[in-house]
Amino acid sequence: MITLEWLYVLAGIVFAMWAILSLRDITNGKRFGNAAFWGLLSVSFFLGGQLSDFANGVLVLALVGIAGAGWLGRSDPPTTGLTERLGLSEALGNRLFLPALIIPLTAVIGTVLYNYTPLGETGLFEDRRETLILFGIGVLFALGVCLAWLRPPLLAPIEEGRRLMDSIGWAAVLPQMLAALGGVFALAGVGEVIGEIAGGVIPENSIFIAVVIFALGMAFFTIIMGNAFAAFPVMAAAIGIPVLVEQYGGNPAVIGAVGMLAGFCGTLCTPMAANFNIVPAALLELKDQYGVIRQQIGTAMPLWLCNVAIIYIAGFLLWS
Amino acid sequence: MNYWPLAGIALVVLGFALRFNPLLVVAVAAIATGLLAGLDVVAVIEALGKTFNDNRYISVTWIILPVIGLLERYGLQQRARALIEGVRGATMGRLLVLYLLFRQVTAALGMKDIGGHPQTVRPLVAPMAEAAALKTHGELDEDSREKVKGMSAATDNVGLFFGEDIFFAIASILLIQGVFESYGYPLTPLQLSLWAIPTAICAFLIHGGRLLAFDRRLGRPAGKERT
Repeated sequence: MITLEWLYVLAGIVFAMWAILSLRDITNGKRFGNAAFWGLLSVSFFLGGQLSDFANGVLVLALVGIAGAGWLGRSDPPTTGLTERLGLSEALGNRLFLPALIIPLTAVIGTVLYNYTPLGETGLFEDRRETLILFGIGVLFALGVCLAWLRPPLLAPIEEGRRLMDSIGWAAVLPQMLAALGGVFALAGVGEVIGEIAGGVIPENSIFIAVVIFALGMAFFTIIMGNAFAAFPVMAAAIGIPVLVEQYGGNPAVIGAVGMLAGFCGTLCTPMAANFNIVPAALLELKDQYGVIRQQIGTAMPLWLCNVAIIYIAGFLLWS
Repeated sequence: MNYWPLAGIALVVLGFALRFNPLLVVAVAAIATGLLAGLDVVAVIEALGKTFNDNRYISVTWIILPVIGLLERYGLQQRARALIEGVRGATMGRLLVLYLLFRQVTAALGMKDIGGHPQTVRPLVAPMAEAAALKTHGELDEDSREKVKGMSAATDNVGLFFGEDIFFAIASILLIQGVFESYGYPLTPLQLSLWAIPTAICAFLIHGGRLLAFDRRLGRPAGKERT
C-alpha cells in the first residue's frame, strides 16, 4: 500500500536537495540560513515520525528562530532571460500547458476512478489520502514528461524549484505552523472561552439578533483561528444548536450549512488563513503581504450579509 | 472560567498588526497561551511539535515547485500571456469572471484540486489577467499591477470556498453532519450541500460584479478616481 509516508520521503529528498544547493550557492549572502531552514524541513519529513514530540517541538523553534532572525535570503540561480523565454514560448507553443495540466488531472481523475470504480477495492493507497498521493504521482509524471521533452540541464528542475521556494521563504511553513497553534489553542481551552462569551451576549426573544450573533461569531472566530473548521463546533455548541435550533425551532440544515459559509467569509479576511491569503501574496511577489486580503474584503462583507439573510429567511421565515 | 488564554489571541492580532515575522508571532502566541492556561513549558513545546508533525501533509505540496519552475524556464508565463493576447474581446474582468465560474463549478463537482495558487494562479491566471488588463488599458502603474495579481488570487479563493460545499463528500460538510448528529439531529450530506447553493450564487454575483467594476475603474487615469 502506498502511504503518506512515501510522499514524505519524496518531500524530504526535494528539501534536502534544496538545502545542499543553497549551501553551495555563494551568490546568496544568507546561504547558511537557507540551507539550515530547508535542511530542518527535510529532517522533519524524513524523521518526524520517529522523533519525540519534544524533539519535533525544538525543531519547530529552530525554524522559527532562523526566520525570526532574518537569516533567510532570496537566491537567484542561473536561468533563462525574458527574451529567451519569449522565443521558447513561441517555439514550444500551447503544448507548454500540457505538463502543467497533468498534475491536477492525475489528482482529480485518479480520485474519481479510485472512489467510484472497483479500483478502490485494491487498497492501493492509504485510506482518505488518495488525492494527495495521486497529486505526488502527478508531479513525478509531469516532471518525467518535462525532462523527456525539454531535455533541460540535469539540475534545472531543482534549481528552478529553489528559486520559487526561496521567493516564498518562511511563508511556506506558516500554514503548518498555524495548525500547530490551533493544537495549542485547543489544549488551552480557547474555544470554550469564546463559546461562553458568545453564548452570554444573546438577548431574549430576538431570532434575528441571535442569527446575527451566530454568523458574527462564526466569522470572528474563523478570523482568529484562520479556519472555519475550528470555529464551527464551538459556535454550533454555544448558539447554533441550543438557541437557533432548539429554542427558536430553526431549520438545522440551513443553520449548519450557511453558518459554515459565514465562517468562510471570515477566512477571506484573515492572515491566519496563510495558505490562501499570505502564501499567494509571496508566490505572486506582491509588495504588500496583505495584498490578497485587501481584494477579498469587498466580497466577504456583502457575502456575509447575504448569509445572515439566508439563515434568517430560509431557516426561520420559510421553515415554520 | 480562566480567560487568560485569550491573551494569546491578542498577541497574534498585535503581532500581525505590527508586522513582526508571522512565524515568530505564532510561536510566541502558542507558548504564551499554553503557559497562561497553566501548562508547563515542556508540555507546550511537545504540543507544538506533535501538531506540527501531524500536519506535515500541508507542506508536502511544495514538491510541485520544480515542475512549475521548469515550465516557467521554458516560457510558460509568456505563453499564457500570448494566448490571452490572441483572443479578441478578452478583458481582465471577463477572464476572471470566467475563471470564477470555472472554479466554482469544478469545485462543486468535487474537483477542488484542479486550481490553486502554485498550480494555476501563479503560472496561468495572474499572467493572463495582467496581459488582458494591459491589452485594454495600456501600460499599468505598479500599484494597479499589484491589484490585478491580488485580484487573481482572490478570485481563486472565492471560487473554491463558495463552490466546494456544494459537493456533498467534502470535509466541511462531513464536519457539519458530525456535529449535528452528536446533538441528535441526523442530517444527510445532500441536504447540507443543497443549502450551499444560495450562497454560491450570491458569491458569484457579488465577486463577479466587483471584478467587472474593478476592470472599469482601472481604465480611468490615476487621480480621477477620487473626484
